[in-house]
Amino acid sequence: MLYREAGEFKTSYQADLATFPIRFDLWGFWSVIAVAALVVPFFVNDYWEQAIFLPFFIYALAALGLNILTGYCGQLSLGTGGFMAVGAYASYKLMTSFPGLDMISIVLISGAITAAVGVFFGLPSLRIKGFYLAVATLAAQFFLIWMFNKWGWFYNYSATGMIAAPERTMFGFAITGPYSKPAVTYLFCFAFLFVFAWVARNLVRGRIGRSWMAIRDMDIAAEIIGVNPLMSKLSAFAVSSFYIGMAGALYFALWKGAAEGTEAFPIELSFRVLFMIIIGGLGSILGSLIGAAFIVLLPVVFKVLFVEYWGWPTDIATHVQVILLGALIIGFLIAEPHGIAALWRTAKEKLRLWPFPH
Amino acid sequence: MSSQTVAEAAGTDREYAHQEIDHGLNPRRIGDVVMEVKNITQRFGGVTAIKDVSFDILEGEVRAIIGPNGAGKSSMLNVINGFYHPQEGEVWFHGKKLGNLKPHQIARQGIARTFQNIALFHGMSTLDNIMTGRLTKMHRNIFWQALWSGPAEREEIAHREKVEQVIDFLEIQAIRKTPVGRLPYGLQKRVELGRALAAEPTLLLLDEPMAGMNVEEKQDMCRFILDMNDEFGTTIALIEHDMGVVMDIADRVVVLDYGKKIGDGTPDEVRGNQDVIDAYLGVSHD
Ligand SMILES: Nc1ncnc2c1ncn2[C@@H]1O[C@H](COP(=O)(O)OP(=O)(O)OP(=O)(O)O)[C@@H](O)[C@H]1O
Ligand SMILES: [Mg+2]
Repeated sequence: MLYREAGEFKTSYQADLATFPIRFDLWGFWSVIAVAALVVPFFVNDYWEQAIFLPFFIYALAALGLNILTGYCGQLSLGTGGFMAVGAYASYKLMTSFPGLDMISIVLISGAITAAVGVFFGLPSLRIKGFYLAVATLAAQFFLIWMFNKWGWFYNYSATGMIAAPERTMFGFAITGPYSKPAVTYLFCFAFLFVFAWVARNLVRGRIGRSWMAIRDMDIAAEIIGVNPLMSKLSAFAVSSFYIGMAGALYFALWKGAAEGTEAFPIELSFRVLFMIIIGGLGSILGSLIGAAFIVLLPVVFKVLFVEYWGWPTDIATHVQVILLGALIIGFLIAEPHGIAALWRTAKEKLRLWPFPH
Repeated sequence: MSSQTVAEAAGTDREYAHQEIDHGLNPRRIGDVVMEVKNITQRFGGVTAIKDVSFDILEGEVRAIIGPNGAGKSSMLNVINGFYHPQEGEVWFHGKKLGNLKPHQIARQGIARTFQNIALFHGMSTLDNIMTGRLTKMHRNIFWQALWSGPAEREEIAHREKVEQVIDFLEIQAIRKTPVGRLPYGLQKRVELGRALAAEPTLLLLDEPMAGMNVEEKQDMCRFILDMNDEFGTTIALIEHDMGVVMDIADRVVVLDYGKKIGDGTPDEVRGNQDVIDAYLGVSHD
């Protein structure tokens, strides 16, 4: 028997507050991190980088951001694509205006700029909720993309209207541009996801996270027991947009390398990230990661398994995939709003003390 | 009769408490006015929920607000909380006018509340729900929170210790980690009391804390309320329909009917008041 919680008695509040209270989980976690950081970089090639790892890391970061706002604070947003565009264009402007600025700072500052924009578009949330707020964020999505296409200043008046990431190096390794190695971009994005997933975990388990969840679960009661709704909602918009902005910067600068507003950051992108948190689990850090992995891997699995292995026609495989995704989203919304993460938790609870569950 | 039993149990407690006071063992003392509600009128469109109601609450007392359904009791608490903005009148707390303060600012003055229809945070565990009661006392900024280790964790642990005391006091250790949605009604009410208690309020507003409970649960709840009042000196204003309970645990009672105050005094005075008797017997208003 491998997995058990029995015998793990907590002797201090600190131990009780730990992220992985079960030693087995803690070891599992660090093994995965060690493999991801020390082993995978030696084997990662262009295909794995472009089709799996960068999309996963970047979408996971965006999903964490949206989950903080929607899953933890209960404010539905359809503006994710627009906010990713803010991060992307901010990083582009920073990279072209300040050639000396290192890539880490660029991503962080892009996140901060997006946070400010997010707070601005979050202001309506103080007056409106639910469906109406979703429509307001939808307006933000369309307004932002329109703005980036409209004003040449944002794309440095390039003839094509596209933005392209200039080359940047760090410790002598190219991070952006045509010469960047898969291992380098992989590690860079991995580090961002690792650090900020941990930060997200810290935020949601403490004072700020509880104030978000209180607003989500019962806003009136929350206010009467002392939660300032203004601070709570706007901080959720700020943190959420910070994450989504960083994801946008990485999406543009490291993954795609070049982007055009309408094409790269459409409303479909907003929905894709929303589907990730619905399938992975609303209000769950782990769920954000699982959801991102699921949506990134789904087409890959379909391609490898159905098209290449079983020889299905590509268009049929694509249709089946879309139908499956739709069914899963409806299924999760109805049956398990806390997504795969909740199924996982239930499975673990069953495993606990197996074969004597009580 | 159920209320009789509860009342008897509570009554014994009370007598005992008074004996303690006589012997100087118990600090329970009724002090000065902490809250003054002055000439409140609250209208909703055509409905006047509260009509020119005034009363006061003394430090350390258990003040009951009673009245038939729709009398305006819950509305009164919402006015005190700053959630409703009355057309006329003022609420003073510790010599300060609450005036235009927002509900969350009023909470910070030391006023906590439970709700008639349980208003717990259903996505959280018992522990997290009660921890939200301490949000007004936690101050580490977002950067410390992001880092967790260090000041934020120390703050969390310090407040966790306080919350564990509340959990022990309410005897809900076993459901600490249970999502509140899974708890039976009576326990949910108790957790909600815990959340209010965790805020260490100087004034606690309870909106029908015993509604829908069985005799045993009512007895427990009475005991918690009295203990809280005795041990921590918390001033309590409670709305309750069970007259037996009210008559026994309240020091003074305000009676509302159709938004008007029709009685105010000790339980005995109120019981003898003809208007109150009429209101409860449903004598028609004309
Ligand atoms: N937000 C509101 N909007 C409109 N009318 C309201 C509102 N709140 C209360 N009322 C009305 O005010 C009156 C008093 O309601 P309130 O809830 O204060 O009564 P109550 O004494 O608490 O009754 P109960 O014993 O049923 O809880 C009722 O007629 C109610 O319909
Ligand atoms: Mg009421």
